[in-house]
Amino acid sequence: MTNHWIDIRNSDCILIMGSNAAENHPISFKWVNEAMKRGGKLISVDPRFTRTSSKADFFTPLRSGTDIAFLGGMIKYIIENNKYFKEYLAEYTNAAFIVADKFDFKDGLFSGYDPKTRTYDKSMWAFEKDAKGVPKKDRTLENPRCVFQLLKKHYNRYDLDKVMEVTGTPKEDLLKVYEMYSATGQKGKAGTIMYAMGWTQHTVGVQNIRTMAIIQLLLGNMGVAGGGVNALRGESNVQGSTDHCILYHIWPGYLQTPKASQASLSDYNTTYTPKTNDPLSANWWGNYPKYSVSLLKSFFGRKATNGNDFGYNWLPKLDDGKAYTWLDIFDEMYKGNFKGFFAWGQNPACSGANANKTRQALAKLDWLVNVNIFDNETGSFWKGPGIDPKKIKTEVFMLPCAVSVEKEGSITNSGRWMQWRYKATEPRGDSRPDGDIMTDLFKKVRYLYRKDQNAVFPEPILNLKWDYTTRGEFDAHKLAKEINGYFLKDVTVNNKSFKKGDLVPSFAFLQADGSTSSANWLYCNSYTDKGNMAARRTREKSGIGLNLEWSWCWPVNRRIIYNRASVDKYGNPWDTEHPVIKWNGSKWIGDVPDGGWPPMLKADGTPNPKTKYPFIMKPEGHARIFGPGRADGPFPEHYEPLECPVEKNLFSSQLINPTAPIYKTDMDAYKTCDPRYPFVGTTYRVSEHWQTGIMTRWQPWLLEAQPQLFVEMSPELAMLRGVKNGEKVIVESARGNVKAVALVTKRFRPFTIQGTVVHQVGLPWHFGWVHPKDGGDSANLLTPSTGDPNTRIPETKAFMVNVKKI
Amino acid sequence: MEGKAFFIDTTLCTGCRGCQIACKQWNQLPATKTENWGSFQNPKDLSFYTYKLVRFSEDTGDDGKPVWYFFPDQCRHCVEPPCKEVPEDPNAIIVDELTGAVLYTDKLKKVNSEDVQESCPYNIPRAQTGTGYIAKCTMCVDRVHNGLLPACVKTCPTGAMNFGDRDKMVAMAKKRLAEVKSKFPKASVTGLDDVRVFYLLADEPAKYHEYAQATIIPGGIDRKTALKRIAKPLKELSKEWQLLHKLAS
Repeated sequence: MTNHWIDIRNSDCILIMGSNAAENHPISFKWVNEAMKRGGKLISVDPRFTRTSSKADFFTPLRSGTDIAFLGGMIKYIIENNKYFKEYLAEYTNAAFIVADKFDFKDGLFSGYDPKTRTYDKSMWAFEKDAKGVPKKDRTLENPRCVFQLLKKHYNRYDLDKVMEVTGTPKEDLLKVYEMYSATGQKGKAGTIMYAMGWTQHTVGVQNIRTMAIIQLLLGNMGVAGGGVNALRGESNVQGSTDHCILYHIWPGYLQTPKASQASLSDYNTTYTPKTNDPLSANWWGNYPKYSVSLLKSFFGRKATNGNDFGYNWLPKLDDGKAYTWLDIFDEMYKGNFKGFFAWGQNPACSGANANKTRQALAKLDWLVNVNIFDNETGSFWKGPGIDPKKIKTEVFMLPCAVSVEKEGSITNSGRWMQWRYKATEPRGDSRPDGDIMTDLFKKVRYLYRKDQNAVFPEPILNLKWDYTTRGEFDAHKLAKEINGYFLKDVTVNNKSFKKGDLVPSFAFLQADGSTSSANWLYCNSYTDKGNMAARRTREKSGIGLNLEWSWCWPVNRRIIYNRASVDKYGNPWDTEHPVIKWNGSKWIGDVPDGGWPPMLKADGTPNPKTKYPFIMKPEGHARIFGPGRADGPFPEHYEPLECPVEKNLFSSQLINPTAPIYKTDMDAYKTCDPRYPFVGTTYRVSEHWQTGIMTRWQPWLLEAQPQLFVEMSPELAMLRGVKNGEKVIVESARGNVKAVALVTKRFRPFTIQGTVVHQVGLPWHFGWVHPKDGGDSANLLTPSTGDPNTRIPETKAFMVNVKKI
Repeated sequence: MEGKAFFIDTTLCTGCRGCQIACKQWNQLPATKTENWGSFQNPKDLSFYTYKLVRFSEDTGDDGKPVWYFFPDQCRHCVEPPCKEVPEDPNAIIVDELTGAVLYTDKLKKVNSEDVQESCPYNIPRAQTGTGYIAKCTMCVDRVHNGLLPACVKTCPTGAMNFGDRDKMVAMAKKRLAEVKSKFPKASVTGLDDVRVFYLLADEPAKYHEYAQATIIPGGIDRKTALKRIAKPLKELSKEWQLLHKLAS
């Protein structure tokens, strides 16, 4: 989230789209209710009327996979009806930037597309630069090549009729939502978006979020209280896991994983350190080498020196042009290219799209280690439905691990708040905390490497620093301090003196010369000589809910990021009732400012040369309406899901995302616009279960409340198939099938799409064959192995299915 | 009026079932075997093992869009509980002095459980198959006596469940009703006069649950209770009944 949970109460208009927050983030509804008590409005847009919709001031449905069409129409509305916040737009975003002539868009494709590789040459999307190398700007927003005019031209095609034909949303409902939400463009008003997997799990997932980011920038909703782009994370600590880089393409703190072609640390740092020639741009990522070198020092300690590139070459690198995402891992595993696999705290046999492919892939392994608290479909894949254990060669190990309340450590929530948690009870039986399991595994591997004189490339193992135990047990405090970082020798930085062994007070003090360490620069400031900041529990007595002394958040405890866009150029808040920061003449008061530089104008109205633009993480210092970094284009564009119910995309001849990944094994079947699979299928969650249900299905009270896999469908579809409410049916796709209980409900209505009736159904993905025996299996047996081209998150929210009586 | 009360604001309830599960956990009640019968509501009904049940009902609103109502059903802890009149033994069902909680004892094993169930205007009491013991919500009287909130109230994330001194809950309910009237013109609060569980409903009570609101007849008691009382011997009856008997005969 750019903002945080409690801040939602400050919103004048909350759009919940691509999320069912009341269902899946029930505690968050405390804050939504609070906003409504204060006069805020709630809009719910969802293919189905959900628990969230039941509380909304306004609900309207849309067909799964058409969010860009819906929101594109809102962009057109905002521009045509002058609802945008002009000063904010012109001064703080790249709306004023001039785009070079090489950029074009024709019939669904941006310039630079190579149909052979199905990728874009992004250099075609560059800005026009002046003699100093700074992007040219027209702050009046009138130049026909400025981003604002190009935006207007692009979304001019998203007229109400076309949007309605594609989404199935009635025209008057579209207008009502656009009207309600765009009212937050007024100075002093704020609108926020709460979104989750309903937006991300598509072949256009990233662009869904980009569309909303554009809307938020048009309306001046970034950096302000009650505004922001708020992702509702799906696990209590997934924010922590992404911050600490448990994804192949990033190193802790969102640094990049190096590529094989980046042979030296200097090559690597140069590639990823952006440059700017604009003195008013803070270009915070310009500090990149300080963070990468400090990280290497955390990994390898004394062994990492200037002479060996700080151990840069002891770390694995990515083959250029290759992706190693979840979908790619199981694709390679299915092809027999993996010997072993640690399924650590996860259940891929149920959680991954195209679960049959995953289950077959597991059978190709020599060994599998399942680290989990309960038996599950992954650990027991070898005795699953239709599998003959005698034919499986995989050796499977079960390592029971402790649950979160049986160990100490931190959890980072959606709002970036790192909250320390305490151990409540001892782990049961032989189960052990993950930190201890990992420590023991590492020690044993290191021992084997030491013993073997012929070990190949032992440096990464033997040189890894591992001093995170106390009396033989994993010590979360030691790791938390390492994550914060240390001074490794006596130094003076920014006129302050530090001794070797001191904790670094913030990332502003990290160095690129090996004198500091930090296992995650973003978390530098979280554990300092003031103590464990994540363990703080002081509530604010008054204010807008920032709670600056409750836990700690990154970066440097800044609760609302981009908050220097919440003020005008003199430093006065746009919203005087909910000010985030304010310039008092000599410094900023309120939240931690997004950089301590003074406002853009001095009190007398002359420009202040000491200032910086507010969006400090972008090299140009301006927020990106035109986003030249994405794999599928600088402006979001509607494409149909890979499996869709229509033959034509009304917006262009490109039916699907021209850069979406497609897999080609015999287990990768896709059937679009096929009469055998005539209904749109989607997957979602319920309050009573969590993820694949491996924790909740074993909990009798939860199972009692939600015992079986069900498929929700409209009464019209039920009649079409002769199905009664409560009757078992089969739901099938090109990849697999499941038995589910039909839940016939008016909360699903048929859509009229391009003149045809299109039905949609939905299933929760919480069930698995291990337990209970009559509960049903994973809905991911239906879903397709394709995903977003930037992230490859699978498109589990829109695919085609059939429903039939048993 | 003394004692405690619940104020349940269904306009804030999201049907998350936290209250239903918290009740199970605090009372260590077993889970029963259920099937999806075509609804999120499960178990299907209250039982000897389920004291708190979120009831789900769907309908079409005045604007043609769906509505989905959540009703966290539980014993109303009536101020003058009709069920208490059913057993011959006045101590089979007791009313806690401090809170007003209506508490069932094991003496109910000797009482015809159907009579007890039918006496309830809200269809709450449930018997154990085979033994005849009857159980229902206890107002977490053990927690309340120790300064804690009932488990369902403590768990509720949205502020739908509230608990406290009855007068304060009455005031809260009335205030909240006034606040939601413009958004929900048909809104009402049930039970302010005669029970200890008030529901703020956005729509007609029958749309939430058949027994959301008891049917009241003049005289202050409902028809079921009146019929039952008429069958009892004179010496066991209260003044109220005597008055009614005079009217009926």
